[in-house]
Amino acid sequence: MLEDPAVALTILVLSLFVGVEVISKVPPLLHTPLMSGSNAISGITIVGALIAVSTEHRDLGTLFGFLAIVFAMINVVGGFMVTDRMLGMFKQREK
Amino acid sequence: MGTPIQLAYLAAAVLFILGLRNLSSAKTAPLGNQLAAAGMAVAIIATLIGQGIVGWGVILAGVVVGSSIGAVLARRIEMTAMPQMVALLNGFGGGASALVASAELLRIEPAMAGEVANSVKSWAIVLSTLIGAVTASGSVIAFAKLQELMRGAPITYPGQQYGNAIIGVGVFVLCAMIALDPTRITAFTILVGIALVLGILLVIPIGGADMPVVISLLNSYSGLAACSTGFVLGNASLVISGSLVGASGLILTKIMCDAMNRSLPNVLFSAFGAQPESAGGGGEDQGVAKAYTPDDAAVIFSNATSCIVVPGYGMAVAQAQHAVRELSDLLESKGVNVQFAIHPVAGRMPGHMNVLLAEADVAYDKLIEMDDINPQFPETDVALILGANDVVNPSARHDESSPIFGMPILDVDYAKNVFVIKRSMNPGFAGVQNPLFFHDNTMMIFGDAKKVVLSLVDAVKNY
Repeated sequence: MLEDPAVALTILVLSLFVGVEVISKVPPLLHTPLMSGSNAISGITIVGALIAVSTEHRDLGTLFGFLAIVFAMINVVGGFMVTDRMLGMFKQREK
Repeated sequence: MGTPIQLAYLAAAVLFILGLRNLSSAKTAPLGNQLAAAGMAVAIIATLIGQGIVGWGVILAGVVVGSSIGAVLARRIEMTAMPQMVALLNGFGGGASALVASAELLRIEPAMAGEVANSVKSWAIVLSTLIGAVTASGSVIAFAKLQELMRGAPITYPGQQYGNAIIGVGVFVLCAMIALDPTRITAFTILVGIALVLGILLVIPIGGADMPVVISLLNSYSGLAACSTGFVLGNASLVISGSLVGASGLILTKIMCDAMNRSLPNVLFSAFGAQPESAGGGGEDQGVAKAYTPDDAAVIFSNATSCIVVPGYGMAVAQAQHAVRELSDLLESKGVNVQFAIHPVAGRMPGHMNVLLAEADVAYDKLIEMDDINPQFPETDVALILGANDVVNPSARHDESSPIFGMPILDVDYAKNVFVIKRSMNPGFAGVQNPLFFHDNTMMIFGDAKKVVLSLVDAVKNY
């Protein structure tokens, strides 16, 4: 996919800029949900974990891949769900 | 086969960015979180299709186990325990990335080793493993400190920093050895072990009140580990998502450091708050703090038209947020305008106080940031300080000898009356005595924050 490291580096640098721009606009009010939500996004490593176990042969790598799936899914499901729960609590004053 | 999968990854990345963008306001934030979750679903499904779903038994088992644990944690966790929860999630994310990188290293065929040696892939493998393992064990220590399974105070010993520096050099040598020859499995095992130890050593000297910085930093690491794993697998979606999270954690880290007027190296390596006695600004000439009762406070409240509540970690410890909401409602029904002043580092993680007060149904438009609320203190009748200390210490403003000199604070001492609810006269985390407690307009009410606030409610009702 990313045979050329320069392409991967380009994507990395541009993503960092997008990240800084987008995150700077998140108000301090929502910094905890931002942390738990972005944390869930870092569970994207689930993609790597799925690739690691997607082979026919079974070895130590499969065990690592299995554990990685468990860890990453805790991260993904726990992170998005707890963020949703928290955000549901933020209410405006009734007028 | 490749292109549609790549486009699905692109869609996932776009959904992540849109999701984060919607976190810019409390109204759109729930949608933002759902967009990000949808992005994750897209990425997972695309991967399963792209891989042709081989080894689905292992996949299914892992997904079911992980999702169940995650769901139970997310439902059961108390809002006061949110810092621990985030620390734990950071750890799982970092651990997953380290495991993926390790699996990739084990899969390198000896015949291919020459080709992989000193490549982007081999360096990315050691980097992912290193960052991921440090994040995992560091997060476990952060969790243990926040959950009070271990002492929150900094743990220090002679030669600590030199020891860590030597380990740092050793880690670099090992990384280079493995990157240059990825068949060195023994060296790799040692690297994993040392990285885990390093994560522990880096977090134990950091005290409880500096946890907002540590959690933000570990958050960033978990993203960078995923990003690096993207280089291992040549997968753009990991690079993009990982760097978004990395950027987010770094921004929060910077905001937290700025809010304490300290540099990141100072937070990480100075073991702040380790020796309370030796820290400057003793309390000898400051006069006597005056202890009052809730009934005295009720008299002041009955004549007040405005009140600013300043919550701190003490409110979280005492689980006082619901009692505070009750007091706030009661005062508002008597015509007092009540607002909440939120210092960026109040509590144990960024935004901690906001979440607790939102849980207690305090409207979020009453939660005011430091820079917006500070000009209002001189016209405010009552500032009510609940388990906050260093963030309201006026010596940060003018006392150059104070360890917290220069830290931006909430200007509560400018209010007409200041109530401080505190368990005892013990100095705060920074080990600095707070001259605020001895001011003429300051009234101390000693006791557990929740009990005191509840008796305040009774006193105001019966006045």
